[in-house]
Amino acid sequence: MRELGMVGISVKERFFGSWGNTIVTVLFALLATVIILPLVNWAFIEATWSGAAQSCSERTGACWAFIVEKYRFIFFGLYPQQAQWQAFAATGFIALPVLITAIPRFWHSRLVVFWFLSIGLAVALMSGLFLGSPVPTQQWGGFPLTLLLAVVGFAGAFPLGVLLALGRRSQMGIFRALSIAFIELMRGVPIIAVLYIATLLFPLMLPAGASLDKLLRVQVALILFVSAYIAEIVRAGLQAVPAGQYEAAQSLGFSTVKTLRLVVLPQAFRAVIPAFVTLGIGIFLDTTLVIVIGLFDFLNTARVATTDAQWLGFYAEAYTVTGLVYFLLAYAASRYSLWLEAHLRPVKAEPSKQDMTAIRFPAGEKGAIVMRVSRESVERAA
Amino acid sequence: MSNFLPKLKRAAGLAALVLGASLVLQHSAFAGETLEKIKARGTIKVGVGTSPGFFSPDSNGKWQGFFVDFGRALAVTVFNDPEKVEFTSSSPQQRLPALQAGEFDILLSGVTQTITRSFKLGFHFGPVVFYDGQGLLVNKSLGVTKGTDLDGATIGVQSGTTGELNIADFFRKSGKSFKPVVIEDTKEFIAALESGRVDALTQDASDLAIKRTQLSKPDEYVLLPERLSKEPLAPAIRGGDDEWLEIVNWTVYATIQAEELGITKDNIDSFLTSEDPAIKRFLGTDPSLGEAIGLDPKFAYNIVKAVGNYGEIFERNIGKGTPVGFERGYNQPWTQGGLLYSPPFR
Repeated sequence: MRELGMVGISVKERFFGSWGNTIVTVLFALLATVIILPLVNWAFIEATWSGAAQSCSERTGACWAFIVEKYRFIFFGLYPQQAQWQAFAATGFIALPVLITAIPRFWHSRLVVFWFLSIGLAVALMSGLFLGSPVPTQQWGGFPLTLLLAVVGFAGAFPLGVLLALGRRSQMGIFRALSIAFIELMRGVPIIAVLYIATLLFPLMLPAGASLDKLLRVQVALILFVSAYIAEIVRAGLQAVPAGQYEAAQSLGFSTVKTLRLVVLPQAFRAVIPAFVTLGIGIFLDTTLVIVIGLFDFLNTARVATTDAQWLGFYAEAYTVTGLVYFLLAYAASRYSLWLEAHLRPVKAEPSKQDMTAIRFPAGEKGAIVMRVSRESVERAA
Repeated sequence: MSNFLPKLKRAAGLAALVLGASLVLQHSAFAGETLEKIKARGTIKVGVGTSPGFFSPDSNGKWQGFFVDFGRALAVTVFNDPEKVEFTSSSPQQRLPALQAGEFDILLSGVTQTITRSFKLGFHFGPVVFYDGQGLLVNKSLGVTKGTDLDGATIGVQSGTTGELNIADFFRKSGKSFKPVVIEDTKEFIAALESGRVDALTQDASDLAIKRTQLSKPDEYVLLPERLSKEPLAPAIRGGDDEWLEIVNWTVYATIQAEELGITKDNIDSFLTSEDPAIKRFLGTDPSLGEAIGLDPKFAYNIVKAVGNYGEIFERNIGKGTPVGFERGYNQPWTQGGLLYSPPFR
């Protein structure tokens, strides 16, 4: 007997097994010839790989020579060319903490210190502090700028977002009201409006003579904006933690801070990690909006590269390259999110394994409250 | 000039503009402040756009272009160093509020000078450096030499621009008819002309000149000489700072006057021995004029030596020999039938 399922079915049956399958197969084959063949033709067969703009205009395919000429500008913008290794290294130091934080094994409070060091080093590198020839932020651009805005925007918003979420659930009316007002205000305006306020209105509110770097203003605005979204995600996570967890922790004599830090927040975060990753991808893609305030982010450098009079009109090439980079990063992040979800599930299902211990109240009875805490935290509390 | 951002952002920009302008009008009056700030900072902050030939960073990240050269000329006037200038790209939506907010000392981003911008928004404008206007791009095979020959033609206009109104006015005035085709996308805009869907395209002439270079056979198309609208592009500064305005004015006039006198980057030194009093005053070989106005007596000499005269700036960046291939048109000295006219240096 043949087994059911895709594995055992012959190719013929799979593609032409029924009328329906045959029609779908033919349609997709047609679609492939209409779309994919011209695309391959454009991107590879008819493409020009080197030379000047003249050699491109003689052929009908993609002009990858344009990318060869402009890749430095697209990736680093107006950053001084002889110092671009600094921007390159800074990109690494911005990405490093993200990559390390992505691995659950490294989740530890010391990560915070590492974040500060790594991002601080990246900013110092970008500023040119090590060479003694400072690079003003107006010249920062391209991929490092996009990454900096997104990563610092998210990481900086995280603690603020947690505070806002706790504030929104607080018993103290003033904190609750302020948190709700801030969150709803930020979520109620488009990100472009926040960027405009940071670049145009904020300088007018400063006392005469005082000024604040434009990039810094934008970064702070982004942090404030993102924090409202993080707050709502964290609040969802907090709501997912059963009330019994609070009560159990309190009955063990945990202070409010300890209850939150050791019992409630770890569970709340775990519940909403996929939502965090989704938000992270969104922020990364949203940074392209800084184009409206004239920052040379990765998408804007690609657009501006096409305005060089010597290399006119290679939009398709510029946007193909940037689009691919954005897609690859966002796709990797979304795959990571799926992996992480699967990776974390067993911990939630079986809390007493390994480093987790379950406490029952009252001990051994049916229908008792089970509290999941780490061994370490029980020892610390004791 | 170009319309690369969707209408939504334009609306947001307008809102920001109105909001920003209404706030700042309360504390304008910066008399003499700009130059002091520039000198303390050591560079001039110039807001530019991004458009081929007019302003664009080259592959090394160095800004090049027609307006960029005027920024460098300004740095020569103030510091006698064309590099002491910092260019910042600014989108059409936010450039005026950003100027008002003090992000730039001057906008050289192709702003059209209008009465609203002077009175309601409170900006000063320097001399017009580029006379633009709505033009018509047609296929040579139509045998058309002027706009009114296009009676009954199908004409492509870009949506969301004033181009549609201007072309309707133009045909109504001449008693002729036309069929408008409103097209949104830029690529499609060009494709419509190439495929013969429309007989002509209408848009700002500077934009059309750039679009022409992107046609597969640019030589088969021609930009007609008429201009259906006035788009004088001038340097813009914050209102109330007369000293800074005069520096901008005379920097631009120096490039125009140099062309009128036939002085170029290469031949300027041969004029130093000239006995013509006008040339002596202009180049500062007779220093009494410079002393009187409080500038370096040789500022005009320095400008031409560094960036060339108006004609050289034009030809180098957007002239016939460049991919943009723009005709001088109105943008030549009055002595040759153009609109460029410098007041006397005396």
